[in-house]
Amino acid sequence: MIDVLSLLIQPLGQTLLMIVVSTLIATIFGGGLGILLFALSNDRFAGARRGALVAKHVADRVINMLRSFPYIILMVLVLPISRLIVGTSLGTIAAIVPLSIAAIPFLARIVESSLSEIDSGVIDAAISCAASKRRIVFAILIPEALPSLISGLTLTMISLLGYSAMAGVIGGGGLGDLAIRYGYQRFRGDVMAVAVITIIVLVELIQFAGTALANRIRSSR
Amino acid sequence: MFHAERPEEAADQALIAQPSYHASLREGLFAPARALFQNISVSTHAHPPNVMRIDGVSKAFGGHRVLNGISLDVPKGSIHGIIGKSGAGKTTLIRIAGLLEKPDSGLVRYEGIEPPVHLLRGRALLEARRKTGFVFQSFNLFASRTAGENVAFPLEAAGWPHAKIRGRVAELLDLVGLSDKADRPAMHLSGGEKQRIAIARALANRPSILFSDEATSALDPETTRSVLGLIRSLREMLGLTVIMVTHQMEVVRRTCDTVSVIEGGTIVEQGLVSEVFTTTRSDAARAFLKEDHDD
Repeated sequence: MIDVLSLLIQPLGQTLLMIVVSTLIATIFGGGLGILLFALSNDRFAGARRGALVAKHVADRVINMLRSFPYIILMVLVLPISRLIVGTSLGTIAAIVPLSIAAIPFLARIVESSLSEIDSGVIDAAISCAASKRRIVFAILIPEALPSLISGLTLTMISLLGYSAMAGVIGGGGLGDLAIRYGYQRFRGDVMAVAVITIIVLVELIQFAGTALANRIRSSR
Repeated sequence: MFHAERPEEAADQALIAQPSYHASLREGLFAPARALFQNISVSTHAHPPNVMRIDGVSKAFGGHRVLNGISLDVPKGSIHGIIGKSGAGKTTLIRIAGLLEKPDSGLVRYEGIEPPVHLLRGRALLEARRKTGFVFQSFNLFASRTAGENVAFPLEAAGWPHAKIRGRVAELLDLVGLSDKADRPAMHLSGGEKQRIAIARALANRPSILFSDEATSALDPETTRSVLGLIRSLREMLGLTVIMVTHQMEVVRRTCDTVSVIEGGTIVEQGLVSEVFTTTRSDAARAFLKEDHDD
């Protein structure tokens, strides 16, 4: 058992590194893209203008395309990009690149839909307070949508945990890789079980923390 | 920039410091000021300067014409009611007047601002919006903020320093009688309290015009009366001009000096409340009068 647990340490670290870093990257870029998608389609912001309609259309096509790739294929396709950005196409750091690329459009859609759910009357009120669009987004809309944004971020992290199980294909390691190499290829049922249970526990922890945080914000209102 | 020149401004400041004055205002003891408005005519050449002029405004949504060449002048310091059935176009009209919507054609002018405000963009548009406050039927408070933080938002947006915001928020909460609710989450307030906070928020930047879109329609009769009383006393105290949309005759009768009856996107009757509803010429006005008696 000690031997199984010692096998677990490094892959667990790799998995955590992959999902935490790619979630952070996705929060910055996916969050920004989500705000942009919302602003482009909302007529209180840029929505009615022709340029906005075109930009929204292009963004929609690109996002849908990225989201429709099976992750394992996306991972291989972005190998050259990984080499360009992090200098290598193999290993845990390299695996963060396709994870982020998958998570950005995913989170962007979640942010877009969270912001779109805000009552238009609240946006009217913010406009009538003579606030700039930027201030309305950052001082009102994001705080208003915060519980729903946190739920979306939780969802993104859990998806990333699933995707990260495939990182072994490009030498990224992680818990999924451990399960395949030891559990499946070397017939170590005990390692397989421990790896899978660890993944289940991680999912539960992420979901628990996300739900608790979102509920806490909701109940303070 | 005309509100800086308002002589009342200094007086407001002095009055705000005296709580006893507020108490008497809330009772509505302002017969002399009310008398002032008996002689106001709604014609285009009225003598008290018009704070707002709307000229031939039309608006359509998806081919459906909602407003049809509406003109409206609102003299400074008056409370003007816009009454009509649902679908008559009154909400669209007040949203255009209050810079929440742009007209397809026609002009919207505020006193002292050139060009007509509906043409403004960017900073100039924000400056013009600071001359207005808007209150809504569903209050539209920010759930992520406390009552006090809701009132602070327009001040943050206007770039006030934090220390000054705190003082002004306290002043505004006092004005609407909710000083003790500053730290309540906005959603924990009662309906009447929410609307008072919304009014305080609307008044934060010392606007000249307060727009009210069915502000009391979600409130019970008693709360309605108290919110309308507050609006009247704020008009007296701050020299506000108030434009209020309603479908309730009671609200107009109780609160407004002048009224426009709107039907099918046009104004069918306009004038002093006392006159419009004694010598009604339009069926729409008569319908409202009847409804009022039925109540």
